[in-house]
Amino acid sequence: MTVDERVPVLEVRGVTKTFPGVIANEDVDLVLHHGEIHCLLGENGAGKSTLVNTVFGLYQPDAGSIHVRGEQVRFGGVSDAIDAGIGMVHQHFQLIPVFTVAENVILGNEVTSGPFLDLNAARERITELGTRYGLKVDPDAKVGDLSVGEQQRVELVKALFREADILILDEPTAVLTPGEVDDFFSVVRSLVDQGKSIVFITHKLREVLTVADRITVLRGGRVAGTADPSSATQQSLANLMVGRDVVFQVEKGESAPAEVRIAIDGMSVEDDRGVLTVNELSLKVRAGEIFGVAGVEGNGQRELVEAVAGMRPKVGGHVELLGRNATKLSPREITELGVAHIPEDRGKHGVVGAYSIADNVVLNRYHHRPFSRRFIRDRQAIASEAETLVERFDVRTPGVDVPIQNLSGGNQQKVIVARELSGQPGAILVAQPTRGLDIGSIEFIHNQIIALRDEGAAVLLVSAELDEILSLSDRIGVLYRGRLVGVFDTAETSREQLGYLMATGAASDAEASVV
Amino acid sequence: MGESDSLQGKIVKAWSVQPVLVPLYAILLSFIVGGVLIAIIGVNPFEAYWALVRGMVGSPDRVAASIARSVPFVGSALALALAFRAGLFNIGAEGQLLVGGILAAWVGTFSFLADAPGLVAIPTVLIAGAFGGLVWGGVPGVLRARTGAHEVISTIMLNSVALFIVRWIVNSRDPVILRDTAASVPRTEQIADGAVLPQLVDSEPNLHFGLFVMIAVAVVLAFVIARTTFGFEVITVGTNPNAARYAGINVNRIIVSSMALSGAFAGVAAASEVSGTNQFFQPGTFAFIGFDGIAIALLARANPVAILPAALLWGSLLAGAPLMQQEADVSIDVVRIIQAMVLLFVAADAIVRYLFRVRDQGGRHIDATNAGWV
Ligand SMILES: Nc1ncnc2c1ncn2[C@@H]1O[C@H](COP(=O)(O)OP(=O)(O)O)[C@@H](O)[C@H]1O
Ligand SMILES: [Mg+2]
Repeated sequence: MTVDERVPVLEVRGVTKTFPGVIANEDVDLVLHHGEIHCLLGENGAGKSTLVNTVFGLYQPDAGSIHVRGEQVRFGGVSDAIDAGIGMVHQHFQLIPVFTVAENVILGNEVTSGPFLDLNAARERITELGTRYGLKVDPDAKVGDLSVGEQQRVELVKALFREADILILDEPTAVLTPGEVDDFFSVVRSLVDQGKSIVFITHKLREVLTVADRITVLRGGRVAGTADPSSATQQSLANLMVGRDVVFQVEKGESAPAEVRIAIDGMSVEDDRGVLTVNELSLKVRAGEIFGVAGVEGNGQRELVEAVAGMRPKVGGHVELLGRNATKLSPREITELGVAHIPEDRGKHGVVGAYSIADNVVLNRYHHRPFSRRFIRDRQAIASEAETLVERFDVRTPGVDVPIQNLSGGNQQKVIVARELSGQPGAILVAQPTRGLDIGSIEFIHNQIIALRDEGAAVLLVSAELDEILSLSDRIGVLYRGRLVGVFDTAETSREQLGYLMATGAASDAEASVV
Repeated sequence: MGESDSLQGKIVKAWSVQPVLVPLYAILLSFIVGGVLIAIIGVNPFEAYWALVRGMVGSPDRVAASIARSVPFVGSALALALAFRAGLFNIGAEGQLLVGGILAAWVGTFSFLADAPGLVAIPTVLIAGAFGGLVWGGVPGVLRARTGAHEVISTIMLNSVALFIVRWIVNSRDPVILRDTAASVPRTEQIADGAVLPQLVDSEPNLHFGLFVMIAVAVVLAFVIARTTFGFEVITVGTNPNAARYAGINVNRIIVSSMALSGAFAGVAAASEVSGTNQFFQPGTFAFIGFDGIAIALLARANPVAILPAALLWGSLLAGAPLMQQEADVSIDVVRIIQAMVLLFVAADAIVRYLFRVRDQGGRHIDATNAGWV
């Protein structure tokens, strides 16, 4: 294929796409040049996925046109887009866990020799693609056994296997840990160095400024502006994205800690494979304070929160919640005590995707008055509660009977926050509250958590984002291999000190005061 | 990561596309395939189908017979439907019918029922049947909840266990257990007269009050699923068991209770047959009613109310087939083939959506079986 480098490899002109009741894209232009990383930036719900899904042939545009290498195209479906050399890695992976990497890669594009699958040829290509682009994957590993980062590499290999030279990556970093993000960026760079062109979707400003050659910002379905990373700043991009001035620093007053509401004493917890992941951990959270648990992911955060919430058995120790022994209580009993829980995994625990917003709002109190009387659900009462909360928590949705899976992640999370915080909890477990969310939603959720603290709730916050921990917490504990290796007052610690402790588990020169 | 990963989740998602149209197309398609088959064996398919239709609804008696044939299918289909909503495949209606049926027949012969009024005797027999099914459905539920044993495997096993146990109970002459030794075929004794469901039409088979019993059960189940907290719990467990646990729902309790209730539906259907049709229990009369229930429930997309017309179609076809054989010389088995086709097209309804170009509002195909490169 000869490449005229002046003709854009992909050009979107005036594309409009509506869904019933929503204009997802309106008159959107996008120009992708050869060998360029073009960042598509925008808050959740801005229409980024819709735009690239249209480019990928999943939707037909209502108006406008798409041009590939100067020629206008009309894709009847995904296979047309693939034939045109476009590959896409979706926000949610499309892999089959029980198949091996090689089987997944060739799926839909089977290399055969006679009537048989030629897996050997596929394996060789996968290995070759892997070395060429730094995408190391074992062709014979079962996809279900791979980490999220590895699965993403499989998706990329799958696209490259189909000879894609325009790659569309929909929020590829949302699911990655900070370390994996760095690896991922070097893969992306090696891809463009070897002639691929990339549309990279994200809402993380730091990332945009690191990798982009060109930036297009979407807001409310329209192009809010384009920017050049050399002249743009995080602040200018954030303002474009949100449409107003954004405050990066959370405003928060002094805490006024009162009685102990969450008391964990020597608790030990195992993970799903039976490995001791939380090891005789003790901590106390008082009413009116936010206790932040910092740590590299996988050091027992998930097990810690799930065990306190009653969703995972403890193999040792005691938990007291709001003055009651809660060691052996079930999730329902703990909720009824007045302990709320914003779970780490939104899709797995936090919502039932196929349910309406209304049903998700009452997911853990559907059996209480006024939502149910004598075992009969009162849909009117449920809907009106949902309407109140949607209004109060600024959930952007056409209505409360919309399946929650149609909302953006930020809006789904707001529904969860609304459900958990509106019940006036005395204590709350908050796990990764803003993962994958946009600035506007993050700001909103942070303020809600602080407001709850100011009303006197005890907050146990677990987050992989050190910035989040630092800006919200009154006290910070560092979790390392299932133990708290240090507890500090936020004012008396620093990013560097915590970072060192998170990485090594040992205090450097600073004194750690253990509670 | 949540619900869409499970098989049920995918099936339900595919079902959400044109839930009425696709099953109707599946039926149409099956008749077309059946017609081609009939033509191949040298019979005019229109004549054969005309005979079939007259066999189904050609006279008031035939209509009654068609309805009568359909009644037990309602129960066996509901047995699949409720469990399905909880994310479970209850393949055990066959066994649940047998256990419910024999219990109903046994209780029906209790001496205290001999003089009891129908208002006492009939519910007693129906409850006995429901209880038998409840136990036989509850056991795989408990196994699933306690040990993780997959309900498909355990219900299939329990079907065989039930069949051999009831055969022994009914066949054995030494010792005599429940066999009516005076009868020429292996069957239980007649139940008390007061325990016999009121008869509506003296067709072949006869139409009895069990019709209303099964309609009531279906309507109640529809209400339970749509409006009660229990229904909400069942569907939450079925769509996203992790979220259900997080929400404080006792997932194991829901698994056990929905399997047990499912079994009870099959048990009631069996009791209604024992009490309304034969007045005794004979294992052979229940053969395939449980398995056909699976097809009917899937055709009706596990919707309790939709099960009523689906069961009616099923029973009518079986009732009408003999006339087709008599008049057009087309084997009854052709109807069985059509029914198998319906199940096939309903299970693989991507075929139907493709052939009839059925799409969802967003204009994209959704496939349960094929979620490849999209
Ligand atoms: N299939 C769909 N049906 C209806 N509305 C949709 C659909 N997909 C997206 N939307 C709506 O379109 C808007 C843009 O969504 P999306 O493109 O997913 O945003 P982003 O990827 O930027 O977060 C949102 O309001 C969303 O609710
Ligand atoms: Mg998106």
